[in-house]
Amino acid sequence: MYDLLWLVPTFPFLGFLILAIFGKKIGKKLSAVVGVGSIGLSALITILIGIQFLTNPPEGHAFVQTLWTWIAADDFKVNIAFHLDALSMVFAFVVTFVGFWIHLYSTEYMADDEGFSRFFAYMNLFVGAMLMLVMGDNLLLLYLGWEGVGLCSYLLIGFWYRDPANGYAARKAFIVTRVGDAAMAVGLFMLFYSFKSLNIQEILSVAPHVWSPGNKLAVASTLLLLGGAVGKSAQLPLQVWLPDAMAGPTPTSALIHAATMVTAGVYLIARMNGIYLLAPLSMTAVAIVGAATLLVAGFAGMAQTDIKRVLAYSTVSQIGYMFLALGVGAWSAGVFHFMIHAFFKALLFLAAGAIILAQHHEQNMFKMGGLAKALPVTFWTFLIGSASLAALPLITAGFYSKDAIIWYAWSGPNGSIYLWMAAVFGAMVTAFYTFRMVFVTFFGEQKMEISHYPTWRVHIPLIALAFFALFGGFIELPGTLGHLTLFSDFMKSALPVVEGGHHEVSLEIFSQVLTAVLALVSIFVAYYLYLKNMQIVTNFTSTKFGHGLQQFLLSGLGFDWLYERLFIRPYVWLSRTNKRDFIDFFYVFLPWLARQFHYLFKYTQTGKVRRYVVGIVFGVLVSITIVVIL
Amino acid sequence: MIAISLNTGLIIASIMFFTGLIGVMIRKNIMFMLISIEIMLNAAGLAFVFAGAQHGQADGQIMFLFILTTAAAEVAVGLALIIQFYQNLKRSIPMLPII
Repeated sequence: MYDLLWLVPTFPFLGFLILAIFGKKIGKKLSAVVGVGSIGLSALITILIGIQFLTNPPEGHAFVQTLWTWIAADDFKVNIAFHLDALSMVFAFVVTFVGFWIHLYSTEYMADDEGFSRFFAYMNLFVGAMLMLVMGDNLLLLYLGWEGVGLCSYLLIGFWYRDPANGYAARKAFIVTRVGDAAMAVGLFMLFYSFKSLNIQEILSVAPHVWSPGNKLAVASTLLLLGGAVGKSAQLPLQVWLPDAMAGPTPTSALIHAATMVTAGVYLIARMNGIYLLAPLSMTAVAIVGAATLLVAGFAGMAQTDIKRVLAYSTVSQIGYMFLALGVGAWSAGVFHFMIHAFFKALLFLAAGAIILAQHHEQNMFKMGGLAKALPVTFWTFLIGSASLAALPLITAGFYSKDAIIWYAWSGPNGSIYLWMAAVFGAMVTAFYTFRMVFVTFFGEQKMEISHYPTWRVHIPLIALAFFALFGGFIELPGTLGHLTLFSDFMKSALPVVEGGHHEVSLEIFSQVLTAVLALVSIFVAYYLYLKNMQIVTNFTSTKFGHGLQQFLLSGLGFDWLYERLFIRPYVWLSRTNKRDFIDFFYVFLPWLARQFHYLFKYTQTGKVRRYVVGIVFGVLVSITIVVIL
Repeated sequence: MIAISLNTGLIIASIMFFTGLIGVMIRKNIMFMLISIEIMLNAAGLAFVFAGAQHGQADGQIMFLFILTTAAAEVAVGLALIIQFYQNLKRSIPMLPII
């Protein structure tokens, strides 16, 4: 079964090729079959491999399949090779499995779009590139996938390219992530400089012998890799692109900008755990970036009116939790939250897409309302996803994954009380804006008639994902609640287990109860403010301070405003000043000089042979004189 | 027979050569330019003959025969060209301008 590993990324790439070449000719029906089928086959093989991985793990809990040599130049050797261990297994499973449901959903969501086959071609290319990213056994292959998913993200954000705003959002996403990618490339150069290899396993096994803990190179290269991760995963300070990325079709937001691509940064850091452990400073940086991001994005989420932007900010915030977990050394907790988050966030986006379809493509949730009766399946699944996102205690998967992170933020090897406080506060904020969204969208009066009732192609993905968003958490229960460690046991072969820290059971219970109570309280506050007594909110926002605060939060805490002044305007000013390109003066001067010589020597070209003879004789005389004199 | 030294011979040859060269440079009539070129060729041939005599070898004279042959071929082509010019331009030879 393991030998079929190469087929997993091959099917999506094949699907992309077929759709890209024949997409226009084969029509929508066949395009859908190819687009969904390729991911379906890929998911099927991944699940079969996963079952074998669980029952009959390969030697050393890792399987490497080398296909061919990509680059071989002296001691620089890069293979096209796939590395399958517990970590890449989880990521590949989520990418193909969640990806499959989203593809199935897209067949209905995009049904009336003229770019139907183009959409599926991009989506297939994305899945293929993402699989390259998570399964590549060397950093160069990982980087190839990394750039591949970035390209697909760009193409899909700007999918409806006729609207210039979408093109702007796409370019913004591409350029902002490029900043991180440049840092990451430099980081890769430093790793190659230190280890003379880009093979991930080789680097991880050699690193402790080459670098002592706290080595400057280790800190620098891990911080640069963090830069790449921050760009791709939309963390502070490069988080500005993700809310704008919602310009793309909703399935794209679900697959790329929520479930998979934006978690590539989490994968990168988890994958390179060995070198991060050698750089405590970088670990702290990861944790602080995560904690700061989850708060900033949470605050921004509280004031959004566009349903997709609420979800976008919640994605940024939840990835902040994952970074926090990685930073404090709770590796498997971070990956666990990634998996659960992929389920419930994909679910939320798909349900939001169904709502948007049903409401004449309106995205402002304050213009919706009372949809609970009209769209029961969407409502219940959305509620499940929201409960999971808000970490409703005991019954949802999100509770178990987020609770683990919150607890480790305190008790983990790098944990501290401040990180814990940020995480708890973030959880409260999350519960508030999530249920604000639920109450505003589904309760109250219905303000618009339903323009489209979803069919089974929407309902089945929603129900399937809701199942996992609800029950996916039961494979890993905290020590105080049953102590089940199936997931972390599985990850043990790929990621270091949590060591050190302190483990007082009473504190853990305190943390859990506090989180649970705060979540419930925030839900009640959201209920009270946005359903029961909306007057309070309108009164507050009509005051000068309230209005200012609302605008500040709505703009994502003014980061766009800041970057506009810090980077864009100086750059525009510089390019305007330098319109004539002063370096170009030198290059204009060279042809000018050549032309002047040309004009000068032109006069010797008379066409009279006698003159030429005189010239030749003169030249000969000069040469002879020089020879004689010297 | 009076033996002429190599030095004297080469001086004569170079005088001839420069005579021809100056002829090429200052003459406007193509006929005279052709004659001047012949003089230059003969100067080179003369230098070969002197050098061969100096070393007591026949090579110089053989080279002169070569030059003579080349000169004959060149004159044949050159004269043919001049006649063509004349026929096309319908001017007397002394008046032909240098192309």
